[in-house]
Amino acid sequence: MGATDFANLPHIGESVLRKEDYRFLTGAGQYTDDIDLANMTHCVFVRSPHAHARIKSVDKSKALKAPGVVGVFDGQDVAADKVGGLPCGWLITSTDGNPMKEPPHPILAQGKARYVGDHVAMVVAETLEQAHAAAELVAVDYEVLSAVVDVRDAAAGKGPSVHDEAPDNHCYKWAIGDKAQVDQAFTQAAHITRLDLINNRLVPNPMEPRAAIGSFNRASDEYTLWVSNQNPHVERLLMTAFVLGLPEHKVRVIAPDVGGGFGSKIYLYAEDVCLTWASKKLNRNIKWTCERGEAFLSDAHGRDHASHAELAMDKDGKFLALRVHTNANLGAYLSTFSTAVPTILYATLLAGQYTTPLVYCEVDAWFTNTAPVDAYRGAGRPEATYLLERIVSRAAWELGLGQDEIRQRNFITQFPYQTPVALQYDIGDYHACMTEAQKLADVAGFAKRKADTEAKGLLRGIGYSSYIEACGIAPSNIAGALGARAGLFECGEIRVHPTGSVTVFTGSHSHGQGHETTFAQVVASRLGIPVENVDVVHGDTGRVPFGMGTYGSRSISVGGAAIMRALDKIEAKAKKIAAHLMEASDADIEFDNGEFTVKGTDKKIPFGQVALTAYVPHNYPLDKLEPGLNETAFYDPTNFTFPAGTYVAEVEVNPNTGEVRLDRFTAVDDFGTIINPMIVEGQVHGGLAQGIGQALLENCVYDRETGQLLSGSFMDYAMPRADDMPHFNIGHVCTPCTHNPLGTKGCGEAGAIGSPPAVMNAVLDALAPLGVKDLDMPATPNRVWDAIQHAKA
Amino acid sequence: MKVELTVNGKAVSLDAAPNTLLVQALREHLKLTGTHVGCDTAQCGACTVILNGNAVKSCNLLLAQAAGGSVSTIEGLAAADGTLHPMQQAFKNCHGLQCGYCTTGMVMSAVDLCNKHPKANEAQVREGLEGNLCRCTGYQNIVKAVQEGAAAMKA
Repeated sequence: MGATDFANLPHIGESVLRKEDYRFLTGAGQYTDDIDLANMTHCVFVRSPHAHARIKSVDKSKALKAPGVVGVFDGQDVAADKVGGLPCGWLITSTDGNPMKEPPHPILAQGKARYVGDHVAMVVAETLEQAHAAAELVAVDYEVLSAVVDVRDAAAGKGPSVHDEAPDNHCYKWAIGDKAQVDQAFTQAAHITRLDLINNRLVPNPMEPRAAIGSFNRASDEYTLWVSNQNPHVERLLMTAFVLGLPEHKVRVIAPDVGGGFGSKIYLYAEDVCLTWASKKLNRNIKWTCERGEAFLSDAHGRDHASHAELAMDKDGKFLALRVHTNANLGAYLSTFSTAVPTILYATLLAGQYTTPLVYCEVDAWFTNTAPVDAYRGAGRPEATYLLERIVSRAAWELGLGQDEIRQRNFITQFPYQTPVALQYDIGDYHACMTEAQKLADVAGFAKRKADTEAKGLLRGIGYSSYIEACGIAPSNIAGALGARAGLFECGEIRVHPTGSVTVFTGSHSHGQGHETTFAQVVASRLGIPVENVDVVHGDTGRVPFGMGTYGSRSISVGGAAIMRALDKIEAKAKKIAAHLMEASDADIEFDNGEFTVKGTDKKIPFGQVALTAYVPHNYPLDKLEPGLNETAFYDPTNFTFPAGTYVAEVEVNPNTGEVRLDRFTAVDDFGTIINPMIVEGQVHGGLAQGIGQALLENCVYDRETGQLLSGSFMDYAMPRADDMPHFNIGHVCTPCTHNPLGTKGCGEAGAIGSPPAVMNAVLDALAPLGVKDLDMPATPNRVWDAIQHAKA
Repeated sequence: MKVELTVNGKAVSLDAAPNTLLVQALREHLKLTGTHVGCDTAQCGACTVILNGNAVKSCNLLLAQAAGGSVSTIEGLAAADGTLHPMQQAFKNCHGLQCGYCTTGMVMSAVDLCNKHPKANEAQVREGLEGNLCRCTGYQNIVKAVQEGAAAMKA
């Protein structure tokens, strides 16, 4: 079935209320920490208090004698059992042809601890309290070393080596684009806009901290790992094949209800492996639940770029070329997809929505004594969008053009469009998004609002951002050519039961996105049955055939497409059964809204009858067709999808205090076909809050000398709260994706990608009369006030 | 230490260590795992329950402080036949939840807020929910749900 037919099915585009809500609203959700097994023990990790230290010795003797303790392990135990290090899933090749530096990432530190929170030992005891008490007794003798923390310091060659394998802390130098042509274009430019930017480091902070339960069954020689994770099959694959050397069929990974992820639960973490490994060693079930303070230290962080960008234009503000250099902080070790974030997922988006014919971007990635940095909602695309949309607005101001005008002069209008940075956009309508956003934002009323604000002694600014993202990750062969060490397809299975109800098994994972409803809508619409008759199973390698999981706004466009393919198979087989029952030729059977009909006759039978016949095949073409109605499909996309949109922010700034109030925010997105508008808008809201949080509130701060985490709790790290957020105006434009069967593009990350530059451009627009031109996120009162004073000086 | 209290209308007697937190008593002793722990600094509100008519963060109270008191948790909110409380139904109707983790504490806070301020406007609802973090929804649909729930509770 094609995208146009799909969009016209009943229930597609309906805000069906969520099937999963009842259990969450009644406290019946089952998150990992809610699971209570017999024979359970509890684990506490001993973590390094130093950013960089040699581990001279670990004395476990006192801890081992403490009440209730059943095991204490350190890096030597891990090494003795030949447990491998955590693998990195994406190989980046440097411009000189050498592979990136890939130092070992042991599950318990060996020889050195490399960031505050690095795992040094694990203590397992009968109760959590006993494990905590015993962890205090593990005596680690550290020789504290100096640390390198800030990516600019690493790039300047300051500080010690984090790894012997990378003495200068340089992981790779990667580049995209034609440098010579770009340099040439700059010599022809009528105007060049330059910008230095920091993309602030963030802590993802899903509300459910990470948690895991490791379990081993001696009788069957099987492991089970319950883990708060976004992609259980990938977790299993990495853990069995690369770390523990176990056969996959002996390991079951279950990601039950998961309380948010935002990227931070994609990865294979050391704790997950430690628990699995130790569950066999101790023959006990072991639970670990991360405390929030521990999550701040040990969850993979996001962003942390320092960039310089230059935009060359002709006299009319047409973009001629973009030149970018970025220093990316990878932290102390390579997390699972860390290396792809500041390269493949970043620089390929630097054409944005514009016809810029030439783009060159060079990225240097560095190790530092900080927590590993990896994908966080948007992953590379927010960094690209922030840089591009900041420099475009700055260019507009320098040229005396409107922020809208300069964008409109450069928008791509012909599709498909081949960018100079590898991607080919299939479709979009950027002018329509801009027009709709301006209408919804009441841009026409801005002057009046500005006057009202100024009458109060405050400043008002408006900011634009026209973002694009590459989602539906990803065509496996392209990803492979770019260094991915895994496929990026998805799997779906449709099990039609004899009475016509359906269970769907998907390799996508829902941790808030509402797949149990959206995917059920897809299946119910195709088969013409009620949504209530469809249940969706996800998050269990023991039930779902395979899966690559949920990230990169891929679930509906890749996971949903796999389900569509499986439905095609179901429909094809069901038509043969229907043809037999109605004594017609297969080619004459039509299927619409749950009924099979014979073309040109009034013969019809319902879907349920066909389902029953498949399982009670008394009158059935058994010589030609197997009984049963159960189909599996794998779908590998042929291109990325390209959601895009325009966001408009309006802020009020108090020039006396530096306080910024986000007064209005409008988001118009093109996600292609929308299956459930209520869920899609919810995804946009959440993304916006995270992006606005980055722009105004959130900042992960390490002490630049010692590497101590200064923003290590919700009392130091400003999470967006209800009264920090405005009411969002949401609108849509629809150009269906041309290459998947649903026409969908993905909506999970857009808000976090498009909003930071819109907010910052609004703040800078407000501050323009005071001469403020530079400001890094987050625009806290302190920073804004400082910027005002600096401009005055 | 023996502690007696009422939980969701039922008399409960617990034998627990003196340092037991109310949230531990609920989750570990009574297996009421709908009350969640999202932080360690009493900032996130995922553990919110109603104690003697006031929303409290159960991670920040000792069980002993609830002795003799009456605690309502999310598990006690729906009717005996499973029909959702008007506030729960409003959260569902308005898509006021995504991952569900903060939801139980958020709903308990919302019920308390609306009991005390049945006519709260949008700004008052936002301020009233300041003690509950949600990372998924951007709060917009939560605010809408609380207003719809407040109206339904009055009806």
